[in-house]
Amino acid sequence: MTDFDAIIIGGGHNGLICASYLAKSGKRVAVVEAKTQVGGAAATEAFAEGFQVSRCAQWVHQLSPTIQQDLRLAQHGLSYAAENLGTISLRQEGEHLRLRGDQVSGADVGAKDQEAYRLFRRKMLKYAKLMHKLYSTRPPKLVEHDLQDKILLAKLGLGMKMLGRDDMSDLMRLILINIFDVMNETFASPALQAAIALDAVQGTPMGPRSPNTVFTYLHRFLGNAMGFEGVSQVKGGLGGLGNALASTAKSLGVEIKVGAAVARIDKTHDVVTGVTLASGESLSAKAVVSSADPKTTFKSLLGYPQMEAGMVRRVEHIRFKSGTAKVHLALRGLPEFRGLNEKDLGQRLIIAPSMQAIENAFNPLKYDECSEHPVMDISLASVNDPSLVAGSGHVLSAIVQYAPFSPKGGWNAMRDSFIKRVINEISIYAPGIEDLITASELLTPADLEQQFGMTGGNWHHGELTMDQVLMTRPATGISQYATNIDGLFLCGAGAHPGGNIMGLAGKNAAEEIIRQGVLA
Amino acid sequence: MKLAKRDTMLLETPFHSRVAELCEINDWGNWMGYTTPNAFFDVELEYFAIRSTTGVFDLSPMNKYRIQGPDAEAYLNRLATRDVSKIGINRVGYTVWCNDAGKVMDDGTIFRLGASDFRLCSYQRAIDWLLWCALGFDVSITDETDTIAALAVQGPTSCTCLTGIGLTDLNTLKPFGMRNYEFDGAPLMVSRTGFTGDLGYEVWVPPEKAELLWDRLFEAGKDYLIKPFGSYALDIARIETGFIQAGVDFVPAEEMVRPGRSRSPFELGLSWLVDLKKPLFNGRAALLKEQQEGSKFRFVMLNVDGNKPAEHSFILKDEQQIGTVTSAAWCPTAKSNIAFAQLEMPEGNVGQEYVAEIYYQRELHWTRVLAPCTVMDGPIFNPKRRRQTPAIPH
Repeated sequence: MTDFDAIIIGGGHNGLICASYLAKSGKRVAVVEAKTQVGGAAATEAFAEGFQVSRCAQWVHQLSPTIQQDLRLAQHGLSYAAENLGTISLRQEGEHLRLRGDQVSGADVGAKDQEAYRLFRRKMLKYAKLMHKLYSTRPPKLVEHDLQDKILLAKLGLGMKMLGRDDMSDLMRLILINIFDVMNETFASPALQAAIALDAVQGTPMGPRSPNTVFTYLHRFLGNAMGFEGVSQVKGGLGGLGNALASTAKSLGVEIKVGAAVARIDKTHDVVTGVTLASGESLSAKAVVSSADPKTTFKSLLGYPQMEAGMVRRVEHIRFKSGTAKVHLALRGLPEFRGLNEKDLGQRLIIAPSMQAIENAFNPLKYDECSEHPVMDISLASVNDPSLVAGSGHVLSAIVQYAPFSPKGGWNAMRDSFIKRVINEISIYAPGIEDLITASELLTPADLEQQFGMTGGNWHHGELTMDQVLMTRPATGISQYATNIDGLFLCGAGAHPGGNIMGLAGKNAAEEIIRQGVLA
Repeated sequence: MKLAKRDTMLLETPFHSRVAELCEINDWGNWMGYTTPNAFFDVELEYFAIRSTTGVFDLSPMNKYRIQGPDAEAYLNRLATRDVSKIGINRVGYTVWCNDAGKVMDDGTIFRLGASDFRLCSYQRAIDWLLWCALGFDVSITDETDTIAALAVQGPTSCTCLTGIGLTDLNTLKPFGMRNYEFDGAPLMVSRTGFTGDLGYEVWVPPEKAELLWDRLFEAGKDYLIKPFGSYALDIARIETGFIQAGVDFVPAEEMVRPGRSRSPFELGLSWLVDLKKPLFNGRAALLKEQQEGSKFRFVMLNVDGNKPAEHSFILKDEQQIGTVTSAAWCPTAKSNIAFAQLEMPEGNVGQEYVAEIYYQRELHWTRVLAPCTVMDGPIFNPKRRRQTPAIPH
């Protein structure tokens, strides 16, 4: 008799979701989390005395509603400080660009672009709905001729057909090209083009001209197929989601161990049997399900000598590059942004002057250098949720691009100057903000790797590129949440369908593990 | 006219000056980027030197990799199909290694120089795969192909010839044993190994001693009719004694392009090299599955009627094709016409009779013979002296 049916490595959102679904089906489940709090990338942490912030992910825009309902997250304390926020793209030259739902106004947007935006969203929504079907189940394999896979492929084929001839052929054309070209052929407004292009490149090591960026845009747009109209802000920061997920899990009987780093995954000749914690404690289970990224799982926890070499090679080939950093500013008071009122400051603010500006910011990344003029996605979370800050101050967090994993000369030499560059960019729109700053923090990709266990600082646990999705996510032969090694499964963002606070990887993994009957 | 050397030209081995001098017919081939003789003077006479006196073959292009470090044994155990821990110090083991699909990438020999010190000799270039396999192991992998010169000294009088250059008591060396000597102030390693199936040795020295080794050996072997031999003669000898060759009798798995063309150790008659009791090695899961579900092919040695080598022949049963020949030769010592073939399972039981469909050409005229053939129960050339220790003196 094993200690548990399943041990989940990592108490991030996917780990907790997987644990809850397994527990819901009557399995004895433990979650082991290295940190002292669960949530993973859904974490609220103080970076300065009295200033709490969503320290990794900062918005929720595609957390599966099915999961929210199945796991009764609202009853377990998940609430939103603000939902379906608009996006305001800050403009130097005049009126800011405002996007909300399928409405766009301001900046240089004319009636023609407004109509084009509506049509563009409608088309993207059709594609995203199709993708959502694919994302909501295990990815089909092509060669095994499994009946379930065949049915899914047939459904997808039918779904493609149902798009209509024009939209179907357009999808085939768009999916591999770049957002830069698509924006140029769709819109006249550089402001609007850039606002959409930023969505396409967030969390990637790509610029708008990089191939694959239409796919990453669609991945992000998936939230719209789930009913989101914009980003939402979790009450108490994203840690609120982590806590709600933990509460659900516990109520379903999941045993959550925090401060319980896994030293290694235990394996006999043929099968994974459990984990040994850093404390020396060993836990046995019929299955070990890792929500750590694939490289961490295989290289650090299982160990390459425990695997056949071809699989090692495939894991080593998974690309984990990122160009994304987090910046947190503690502010003495509410900054003044030119042309924005307080309600506006509670929206999602972005700095993406033009697609060319994003591309220019991207170029240095190729040479392991930081952007001169970073682009970013800003949340002044305390505007909607004063509970994050102890006094009358405010907290600003920004997802900033582009910052390499290890810049030439090292981060120690670059850290201050990069924060300064970020503040300089913000101060163009909020003059005087630098005088309000009482503390600041930069989390580089290297910091994100170290503190949130995401290899390369890549929040998708492996780049979201066409060669690393579906049946080849995370790698050929490591698919459908199984790993080629009996008893070891993946349930994190490194598995299909990938990252962002979505939760489908965890849910799909649980369903697949139950379907396979390994815990029976 | 002397042309300037180019980067792309074939390399010369450390024995090149001596080899070139004796290569009377100037017939050269490309062996893994080195220029090596196909034949020196006459293929059959070279072959008979191997079988009747002593033949010398320049082995230097053989890929040699040094594997050292605390995890060296564990590393090789994950790489190779056999249990490397059973190879003692100063012993040599023949093995194959597979990819994850359980298909053979190459065969070769592992020399155990110390507890954590090995040399792997392979026919194919292997450094890329060896380095991939090293991830997670505390080992260093060094390519020694260019820094060790080697000669195969094979045949009934080989021990006597080598003793003549100062390898004292060499006759006590057991098959698959190795021993270190000093040669002109440099280390010389000799192993009782070879590719001819007879009494024979392989001698390993630093490249700067290569020419001296050659000179002394040919001096010592003069009265024993020592002769150099090229790759054509070696091919006959290895077929006669049942040795397969990568790229000829199987497609190295990671070079395969067409699905299904690579072969497992079971399918190459090498199941004795596969130790499924080992906890993990590359291809183990696939080989376990193959063991349960059965292999698709069987490697056989065929004794073919007549004297036409059954090169590239189809093997027929009731006029249906059931396999193909990969290597074939008329083997003079055994006076037999031998062919290696891959047959579709369940064909290939010992004693089973088939027909080899042999095509040959005489003055642009193609002819077909249908030669009866029989599955043999082992290599036809397997003399006692191959294993006898002490080696018989001459």
